[in-house]
Amino acid sequence: MRTYPKVTTLINRIDWLSSFANEVPFILAAERLMEIEAPPRAQYIRTILFEMARVANIGLFLGEMGLQLGAVTPAFYAFRDREFVLNQIEAVTGGRFHPNFDRIGGLKDDLPKGWIAETKQVMERLRDYCDMIETLLVGNEIFQARCRGIGVIPAEVGLAYGLSGANIRASGVDWDIRRDNPCGLPYDKIDWKVWTHPDGDSFARYWVRLQETREATHIVDQLCDSLPSGPIMAKVPRIIKVPEGEAWVSTENPLGEMGYHIVSKGDLGPYRVKIRSASFSNVSITPWVLRGVYVPDVVTILASLYFILGDIDR
Amino acid sequence: MPQLPGLIKGMGVTARELVRTMFPNSGLKKLIPSPTKGSYTVQYPHEKEAPPPRSRGVIALMEENCTVCMLCSRSCPDWCIYIEGHKEKAPPRRAGGKPRTVSALDRFDIDYSLCMYCGICVEVCPFDALFWSPEYEYSEPKIADLLHDKTRLGEWMETVPDQEPYEAGSDAKTKKIPRKAN
Amino acid sequence: MLAIHLAYWQQSILRVVGVLAAVLLPAGAFVNLFLFKMVSFMQNRLGPMEAGPHGQLQLLAEVGKFIQKEDIVPERADRRLFKLAPYLVVGTVLLVYLAVPFGPDAYFANLDAGVFYVLAVSSLSVIGVLIAGWASANKYSLLGGLRAAGQLIAYELPMVLALVGVVIQAGSLNLQAIVAAQHNGEMFGFGALGNPFVLTQFVGFGVFMIATQAELTQTPFDMPIAESELVAGYTTEYSGLRFLLFFIGEFASAGAFAAVAATMFLGGWALPGLDLDANYMNVLGPLVLFAKILVLAGLIFFIRFTYPRLREDQLQRFAWTILIPVSLLNIVATAVLKVVF
Repeated sequence: MRTYPKVTTLINRIDWLSSFANEVPFILAAERLMEIEAPPRAQYIRTILFEMARVANIGLFLGEMGLQLGAVTPAFYAFRDREFVLNQIEAVTGGRFHPNFDRIGGLKDDLPKGWIAETKQVMERLRDYCDMIETLLVGNEIFQARCRGIGVIPAEVGLAYGLSGANIRASGVDWDIRRDNPCGLPYDKIDWKVWTHPDGDSFARYWVRLQETREATHIVDQLCDSLPSGPIMAKVPRIIKVPEGEAWVSTENPLGEMGYHIVSKGDLGPYRVKIRSASFSNVSITPWVLRGVYVPDVVTILASLYFILGDIDR
Repeated sequence: MPQLPGLIKGMGVTARELVRTMFPNSGLKKLIPSPTKGSYTVQYPHEKEAPPPRSRGVIALMEENCTVCMLCSRSCPDWCIYIEGHKEKAPPRRAGGKPRTVSALDRFDIDYSLCMYCGICVEVCPFDALFWSPEYEYSEPKIADLLHDKTRLGEWMETVPDQEPYEAGSDAKTKKIPRKAN
Repeated sequence: MLAIHLAYWQQSILRVVGVLAAVLLPAGAFVNLFLFKMVSFMQNRLGPMEAGPHGQLQLLAEVGKFIQKEDIVPERADRRLFKLAPYLVVGTVLLVYLAVPFGPDAYFANLDAGVFYVLAVSSLSVIGVLIAGWASANKYSLLGGLRAAGQLIAYELPMVLALVGVVIQAGSLNLQAIVAAQHNGEMFGFGALGNPFVLTQFVGFGVFMIATQAELTQTPFDMPIAESELVAGYTTEYSGLRFLLFFIGEFASAGAFAAVAATMFLGGWALPGLDLDANYMNVLGPLVLFAKILVLAGLIFFIRFTYPRLREDQLQRFAWTILIPVSLLNIVATAVLKVVF
């Protein structure tokens, strides 16, 4: 029987670049079945780590798309600045890529001293990185010539194929689960904005992700400033048995919409877990969008759709 | 002032990074090139970065606290902890009482070639016998040597750092790490 | 250098050693300085550090590594053509260096049609690339080879037209005469710095450097060797010594084109203020030219590591619709101004 902590360990590895974001919908679904709410401090820290995972993942995308198009240098800047975010995640959770930090009812441990101040500095640095990438790649005429008008996905086709995340927002659809269905995460208590772009081409997808990274750094800053004090874990029994039932929770992960459907029979572990991962649906559009394009454009389109193989295969 | 084309600005970015790496010193020393100081990379075997204290490097065992309850072994997703123990008779706690049975640990091995570094065993242990240590340099040429036995796991206890204080506003209390009485 | 009288066979050996040095030295210097160090510093890292102090012996290690690799020829490949291609590419680079003067008497051949010869011979490498792409029996290599052929032929024309402006201004096709013209010329009556043609022919200089970037198949024009798409383009199936030859050819031709550009635009081996015919210029000249080659090649590699690549049709459109009209206008303007002044 795979208990809930064991499942949490494994699902860390689905979308291996956004480490913490994989655990969040699963734990939220389990908490919904148990009908408990994590204390506010835990929800805030969960959201902070969630948004930091977003910054780490999409920040890497910004440099890595340049690499796919031939510019070798932005990828190095991406990895360099991602290191700072990973160091912060490691300082809290102990693991850079696989934090294994979310627990039913709250989090495993609290923040170490000095973490908030350091994190705000790191976010400032990431904002500088976004500006640098904007100058280096977005403003570059060659990049624009390679990306504008390539791989246009109209909104209806995108919605029909189940695109989610930045891919669908770049086609003009105003769809963000953080705003519409936060499931207890404190997105309604801070001031942030959802970015969309009307074009739907590769450049739009890149641009939306750039703005999302910036927005995520602002979200982390606001959450760090308004962090409530209190316990980090709700009152849960030592041996957690989740009552019978089913729950489905999906959240706005860095790659798109990720959801878990948990069926529980009252045991130590779930009876069945079905994972709806973002990249699987994002990639399903490739037969449609790759029809009749040039060979170099195949690379541009696939890079701009941004999938991670672990997310496709689970 | 007409806008510089994006191409030129892009070159400015990489040129700036080049200069920043080659001349990282500030003030008058700026003219001395020292790229080893300006680069963000760490030349691993010669210089090492210190991981944060909570970093999950290796698991250390405090043998005196272990009661062979087998909780860690059962909760490991990979089944990489091998425990064998036996029951012994220990002298009674006060004179005239019945002899107590205590569990003694025969074998406690962690197979680091299987370990996922998830930390469930450390969390689940009710008697504070397992601890995380940020040591990471224990790679071996042979996979069989990655099975750390009781003594080796006890040696890792020296590298376990004390818990750092928590951030303001937190309710959590730091735990003391049991050190060997010397 | 002409103080001792050498027999003909001794002179030939000296020339062979000289041309090998002229080709391999810049190639090695570029790989070491630019590929290992400059790009590493641009990316906030240090590059190879283990081999020798600060990684200076890494070049030896790379050469040794390539030489000891297994020589693989794909089964369906055309064996003779497959083996011939790298030598063609490297051979044309050697031929280009023949015409470049390194000093008043330090040259391999003082050709009166030097510019014509250089441009003609540099386009021979297209054949080598096409042969490599075809003979590899690999779809992706073929794609790379065809892209290379189209690109290299397209960018030949801007290169030629850019140099025509210089020839008009200098009045000769002989590379030594062009160096002399820049050294003896005057800028608006100010004769101390000579008249490097980069000042008056800046349009030609820009066009020539862009065309060089394309001729060397460097980003942003590196579709033939687009790494994320075609594995390694037309060099995919090559391993060991043959790949090393392509590699050397790439960097040596960077040196060759930088040498031509330095001679035509920056004044070649002459320094302003130094006597043109002095004997010590035979020793100093190569060093001066090498320094200028380093600067120009540094520019080429700097651009290579900063920009993404252009798609093939955008690349062609750029050459045919923008570069060629611009260079034609440059020629017209130069001709008019030469007559007027």
